[in-house]
Amino acid sequence: MAFKNETDKKAYWRENLRLLLILLTIWFVVSFGAGILFVDALDQIQFFGFKLGFWFAQQGSIYVFVALIFVYMSKMNALDKKYGVDED
Amino acid sequence: MDVQLLTFIIVGASFALYIGIAVWARAGSTNDFYVAGGGVPPFMNGMATAADWMSAASFISMAGLISFMGYDGAVYLMGWTGGYVLLALCLAPYLRKFGKFTVPDFIGDRYYSQTARTVAVFCAIFICFTYVAGQMRGVGVVFSRFLEVDIVTGVIIGMGIVFFYTVLGGMKGITYTQVAQYCVLIFAYIVPAVFISMMVTGHILPQTGFGATLADGSGVYMLQKLDGLSTQLGFNEYTSGTKSTVDVFFITFALMVGTAGLPHVIVRFFTVPKVRDARKSAGWALLLIAVLYTTAPSLASFARVNMIETINGSEMTGTEYASAPSWIKNWEKTGLIAWDDKNNDGKMFYSGDDRNEMKVDRDIMVLANPEIANLPAWVIALVAAGGVAAALSTSAGLLLVISTSVSHDLLKRTFAPNISDKAELGYARLAAAIAILIAGYFGINPPGFVAQVVAFAFGLAASSFFPAIIMGIFYKRMNDKGAVAGMLSGITFTAAYIIYFKFINPGANVPANWWFGISPEGIGTLGMLVNFVVAFAVFKVTEEAPEEIQQLVEDIRYPKGAGEASAH
Repeated sequence: MAFKNETDKKAYWRENLRLLLILLTIWFVVSFGAGILFVDALDQIQFFGFKLGFWFAQQGSIYVFVALIFVYMSKMNALDKKYGVDED
Repeated sequence: MDVQLLTFIIVGASFALYIGIAVWARAGSTNDFYVAGGGVPPFMNGMATAADWMSAASFISMAGLISFMGYDGAVYLMGWTGGYVLLALCLAPYLRKFGKFTVPDFIGDRYYSQTARTVAVFCAIFICFTYVAGQMRGVGVVFSRFLEVDIVTGVIIGMGIVFFYTVLGGMKGITYTQVAQYCVLIFAYIVPAVFISMMVTGHILPQTGFGATLADGSGVYMLQKLDGLSTQLGFNEYTSGTKSTVDVFFITFALMVGTAGLPHVIVRFFTVPKVRDARKSAGWALLLIAVLYTTAPSLASFARVNMIETINGSEMTGTEYASAPSWIKNWEKTGLIAWDDKNNDGKMFYSGDDRNEMKVDRDIMVLANPEIANLPAWVIALVAAGGVAAALSTSAGLLLVISTSVSHDLLKRTFAPNISDKAELGYARLAAAIAILIAGYFGINPPGFVAQVVAFAFGLAASSFFPAIIMGIFYKRMNDKGAVAGMLSGITFTAAYIIYFKFINPGANVPANWWFGISPEGIGTLGMLVNFVVAFAVFKVTEEAPEEIQQLVEDIRYPKGAGEASAH
């Protein structure tokens, strides 16, 4: 087995799930939250030439999506190292 | 040099490039043919994934669609990018660790069931054919509009090129051609967008020009101007939508989850050497896709302002048809734009009410953009090459999934487990060839429902594969019976809803008749929930997955020990 013991294995998976939960919450908030559910409220705010809600729906959410994947990548690589389950 | 000749040269050069790559990247084994030998560097895989994903629809139609939908266009923008977050975080790394060739492979092995495998194979084939027919048509359309050959000839040339590099190179040939196709298509998309952004707002980046003031020195924001024009002309305000919030929510969700469940996208992550690379290449893929997806809405709004002002004149009183710019007359020939002088004043007028005299097809927003903005002939030629690249790259990816499903999932894993690697490779090539012929047939004789079935592909992927894979990874005790029952009920529910509203009773396809106000485009989200609920209900009354399967699931949860993708 790749892990030192059962406790490590459980802890690794728990940390992984915690990270997923945090990142997916952000994913949901910027797209379904800011871009759809609360779009009318945010549209009252002007952001450069955009209404803020509209900007999230057509631009902002996409930038956040890209950032989320790269954050996930670096956090997971660190997590793999910490538990000694990285490749090579 | 005239546009026609220049277009032939640029499109011809791009074809020569694809064929050159195909010869260089021939497949020698099933491993090469199915997953490119598993040795694709992550950045290259990101480019290939992006080209695979961005189809003729993304390239030609999306900006135009948004241009007419305004805010509501966000369902496509968020739906077709947000799915990559799910893919990168919840699917790709684990499936890469699992190390098999196809999605039905995972479903069949994880749920230790031939039934599950077979259900998955048929879903995969159906989803891919639905999609590929539209792509071949896209190739034909681009050819006929830019090169003035007829659509049939266009489709046949397109088939020939795809045939060559798919049958010869399999995934390996496709991957490296897609890398080249990404470069062609993104360059072809960005160049006109930058020119138009400069023209309308003075900003080089379309993404910032989107929120900038107009270049005419009036100090008015571009979007404000567009909102003003829209309401003045009897359209809905551009920055607010007409769809209900519930429907926008469900459509976006279905497209995201569908994206994460599409087999030709998932399979791309089997081609990288390591789990770490799967995570990284998902990031690159989305970044490269985002380049086009953040440009599209900007382009959509610029093109709309441009078009309204060209047709109606800056005073919004209409312009003389006799002195209309040449692009209007050029595109009138193709039927994409039409003028009917209702009030006989010799002037064109475009509006959202009964004063309207124009018929404008949405595809014109990207295709005619270079002419609307008076760009040089080479840009027009480039757009043609880009459109073809987008259609070819997506077709190839889809055709490969079809051929793999037949030769690997059906033959090798179901009917003839003893065939040699060499024979399997032969069958894979044969299946690819047949799939291309069928796709070409649909491209030439498109069934009337091509446009309607896109919702199908996403709805089915969302309601079948996505839940089955997620439960397969995150719930180790989920068993075969639960998964099969979930997939079947999710698909049946989704398909029934779409078939009823799209084919059996299209007249009833209005919000008042929809369940909870969800359109057929968004029903996949509900189908996904049905899948989860049924799977858990069945799981509760049957025995949990056997110990060795639970062990297998635990093993795919960490990267260490990921080997090459293999058949066994």
